[in-house]
Amino acid sequence: MTDEKIKFLEEKANEIRQSVIEMLVEAGSGHSAGPLGMADIFTALYFHILKNDPENPKWEDRDLLVLSNGHICPVQYATMAHAGYFPKEELKTLRKFGSRLQGHPHREKLPGIETSSGPLGSGLSQAVGMAVAMRMSKTKEEGSISDKQRWVYCLMGDGELDCGQVWEAAMLAGKEKLFNIIGIIDRNNIQIDGFTENVMPLEPLKEKFESFGWHVLEMDGHNMEAINDTIDEAKAVFNKPTMIIARTIPGKGVDFMEREFSWHGKSPNKEEAEKALAQLRTLNGKIKSEHE
Amino acid sequence: MNKAKLNPKLFDKDIEQIPTRNGYGEGLVRAGEKNENVVALCADLSDSTRSKMLKDKFPERFLQVGISEQSMASVAAGMAAMGKIPFISSYAMFSPGRNWEQVRTTICYNDSNVKIAGAHAGVSVGPDGATHQAIEDIAITRVLPNMTVVVPCDAVEARKATEAAAEIKGPVYLRFARENTPVMTTEETPFKVGKAEIFWSTPDVDVSIIACGPLVHNAILAAVELGKEGIKVEVINNHTIKPLDERTIIKSAQKTGAVVTVEEHQIACGMGSAIAELLAKKNPVPIEFIGVDDRFGESGEPNELIEEFGMGIGNIKEAVRKVLKRKKI
Repeated sequence: MTDEKIKFLEEKANEIRQSVIEMLVEAGSGHSAGPLGMADIFTALYFHILKNDPENPKWEDRDLLVLSNGHICPVQYATMAHAGYFPKEELKTLRKFGSRLQGHPHREKLPGIETSSGPLGSGLSQAVGMAVAMRMSKTKEEGSISDKQRWVYCLMGDGELDCGQVWEAAMLAGKEKLFNIIGIIDRNNIQIDGFTENVMPLEPLKEKFESFGWHVLEMDGHNMEAINDTIDEAKAVFNKPTMIIARTIPGKGVDFMEREFSWHGKSPNKEEAEKALAQLRTLNGKIKSEHE
Repeated sequence: MNKAKLNPKLFDKDIEQIPTRNGYGEGLVRAGEKNENVVALCADLSDSTRSKMLKDKFPERFLQVGISEQSMASVAAGMAAMGKIPFISSYAMFSPGRNWEQVRTTICYNDSNVKIAGAHAGVSVGPDGATHQAIEDIAITRVLPNMTVVVPCDAVEARKATEAAAEIKGPVYLRFARENTPVMTTEETPFKVGKAEIFWSTPDVDVSIIACGPLVHNAILAAVELGKEGIKVEVINNHTIKPLDERTIIKSAQKTGAVVTVEEHQIACGMGSAIAELLAKKNPVPIEFIGVDDRFGESGEPNELIEEFGMGIGNIKEAVRKVLKRKKI
């Protein structure tokens, strides 16, 4: 990736974080920490990595992005709007009556959403189903990896790894050697009731997935270059599904939200939102966005 | 009289007996021959649910997921998103029992084209006991938006229902029994999802029996015995619980003014409740309910259990006499 591209993505992620804050304050409810923490990864995916077409969300050669932890949908909605899937003005309708932007995503309402989610732990199973179906539909000539290869990305929270269903799906993906699944775990170490390692210890997480037949990579979820390189590396693994453990900071970019699990499930009030937006507009003095 | 080209051996002791789940296996193969998108998933019960029949014919279209019913439902939803027509099978107690939330969110809320085959429904599962006898599955499926619910009465109807399910766009629940069931219907018996069929009737009928599943046989036998006592009964095979065939049911209730519902399921929230909801609104008549009355099943022989839980021919006859007394003159 060029320096220019990295700068573009960083600035885009910052704009998306601001949209997230604006949406949440308007909605008056929703999750803050997760969406801010995942803004960089979503930006990298939608603006650089995914084979997608915002004008034609049902494009049949597109890569699939399954969001398993549906509660962080504000960042997906914001990224999609910035990418051109729908007008940015619509972001203000989040969680409101009649909106396509439901509190948790609904596939039947918003084109570009690959599945409805909210109840945790079912996204990986659906990603597995998509990958199996792709393999079944392949003719012999298409059997090898080519430019036409479609990837299934499954974005998951770390808290939802408590769910048994995740491990049912992980076992099946390992058994079926579904190499075109790339899972990304938002390893921010928090869930509603506190730190993951207090609520239900997940470590050693890397070894857990490895023992289920996965190739496991780790990355800094806020470094555009690392995100891009790690996903590239995942694509080079031909005989196993890959799980990427993305270390992220919940609430990233807003100092009073960072690493505070109390911000997992609540939205900012007007005053807090203004403070957050002011910070984001001059993110560490490094990034100058159009809002300044 | 026989109204639906039923098996001429209907009343013979040696009528052919086949489990309805066999019809599922045959229907799955036929649906698979017709449409290459038909695929099957099973949770370690492929022999017993008969999904093995598709596996034997089209091994590349079968996915063994192990004992993971919750994941199976969502995997199927993912496959449906890619254009497949997945049939998932297990015992009804586990699918749609254990995996109900996954069925609700990933299948019904998404309006996914997934078919759920619940085998071993009802107390007639027998010796395995209450843990394996699903008697709540109609309740938990008919309550879900987008879901179609079908309970075939015998193996031939089960085969037709399975083939029909593949043609329906959207989620379908198919309920099957473990035990041998008299083959009441024939190739010529009409079958259409959403269309109840009058299986037995006489002129000037006094009572309607609305039944589903293998108990349709008991309902017909009860009707014939009651006929000998001068009580004229119409028997409707109401294989589709959702969407209900309102027209046929209301028409029969208007004709007789008294209804008995018969199902191998909890009385609460089952097929009878669906009938009661409809008739209370559109054409109120007295109703008696044959089914399990707020109890768990237990081990035993199927016929012993059908009697113990009040679903025998004698129980149906008694319910008919009771509803007749309640009927307004």
